[in-house]
Amino acid sequence: MTGNIAILGYGLSAIGPGIGVGLIFAAYINGVARQPEARGMLQPIAFLGMAITEALAIFGIALAFVFKV
Amino acid sequence: MSIAALGMEGGGDGFVAPDASIFWEPVIGSGATAITRPVILLVISAALVAWFLLATTKRRALVPGKGQMMTESVYGLVRNSIAKDIIGSHDFMRFVPLLFTMFLLILVNNLFGVIPPFNYPTMSRIGFPVALALTVWVIFHIVGMKKHGFIGYWKSLVPSGLPKPMIPAIFVLELITDLFTRPVTLGLRLFGNMFAGHILMALFISGGWYMLQAGGILPVAGVVTWAFAIIMTLFELLVEFLQAYVFTLLSALYIAGAVADSH
Repeated sequence: MTGNIAILGYGLSAIGPGIGVGLIFAAYINGVARQPEARGMLQPIAFLGMAITEALAIFGIALAFVFKV
Repeated sequence: MSIAALGMEGGGDGFVAPDASIFWEPVIGSGATAITRPVILLVISAALVAWFLLATTKRRALVPGKGQMMTESVYGLVRNSIAKDIIGSHDFMRFVPLLFTMFLLILVNNLFGVIPPFNYPTMSRIGFPVALALTVWVIFHIVGMKKHGFIGYWKSLVPSGLPKPMIPAIFVLELITDLFTRPVTLGLRLFGNMFAGHILMALFISGGWYMLQAGGILPVAGVVTWAFAIIMTLFELLVEFLQAYVFTLLSALYIAGAVADSH
C-alpha cells in the first residue's frame, strides 16, 4: 500500500476540534433557545470560540501539506 | 478543467484520484510569472461587483427596485448584524466599507466555485486568502495602536485584574494569538474550506465518470456517485456563503477587540 501518512495525521488532528466546535454550538443553541433575545450577544462569542477551537484542525491540514514525503 | 486533466482517461491503470495539481491552471505564460485562471477570475469578480453596485445604486429610489433591494439587504447584513453588533454603535461606521468590500469580494469569488463558466473558487489558491488576512491583520493592529498608543496597545492585550505572577504567561499567550494564530487561521480557514470542497467535488465527479466507463455493476455506483456530486455542490454553496460570512465576522471581531475600551 502506498500513500501519505500525513492524511492520518490530519484525521487525528480533526477529532478534537470536531468535538469542540460541536460543544460550542450546542451551548450556543441552548442559550438562544432559552433566551432568544440574547442571540446578538451570544453569536460573536460562539464564532470567536469556534475560530479558536478550529485553529488546531486548520494547522493540521496545513501541516499535512507541508510535511508530505 | 478537462476530463484528461483530472487524470482519468479510462486507461488500464485504474483510477487516479485528483490531487492538488488540478489547481494549477496557467492561461498566459508559464512558471512563476504566469497569469493563471484565479487571477483572471479575481479581476472579473472585482469588475462584476463594481458594476453591480454602481448599477443598482445609481438611481436610488425611496421604494427600492429589485436590484437596489438586493444591494440594500446585503449591505444591511454587513452593516447591522456584523459591524454594528460587534464593533459597537460608537465607531463601527468607518469599518463598514472594508467589511462590505471583503464580504462581497469573498462571496463572489467563492460562488465562482460552483457557477458553470467559472467553476474555480479563487480562494483555493493560498495567495489570495493570505493577502486578505494580511490586510485585516495590519488594519486591526494599526487601529488598536492609534486608539491605545504603541505601548498601551500591547498592555491592553492582558485583561485587567489578573494576579501579578500570571501576567507574563498570559501576555505571551495573547501575543502568540495576536501576531500568529489570528492571521494564519483567518487565511487558512478560507483556503482550506475552498480547497477541500473543490477537490471533493472533483473526486466525486471524476470517480463517477470512471465507474460509468467500467464494466459490470460499477456504472450503477457511478450514477449514485454523481448524485452525491450534486448534493456536494449544494453543500458547497452553503459553505461558500458561510465562509464569506465567517471571514467578515472574524475581521469585525478582531477590529472590535483592538478598539475596545477595556480589553
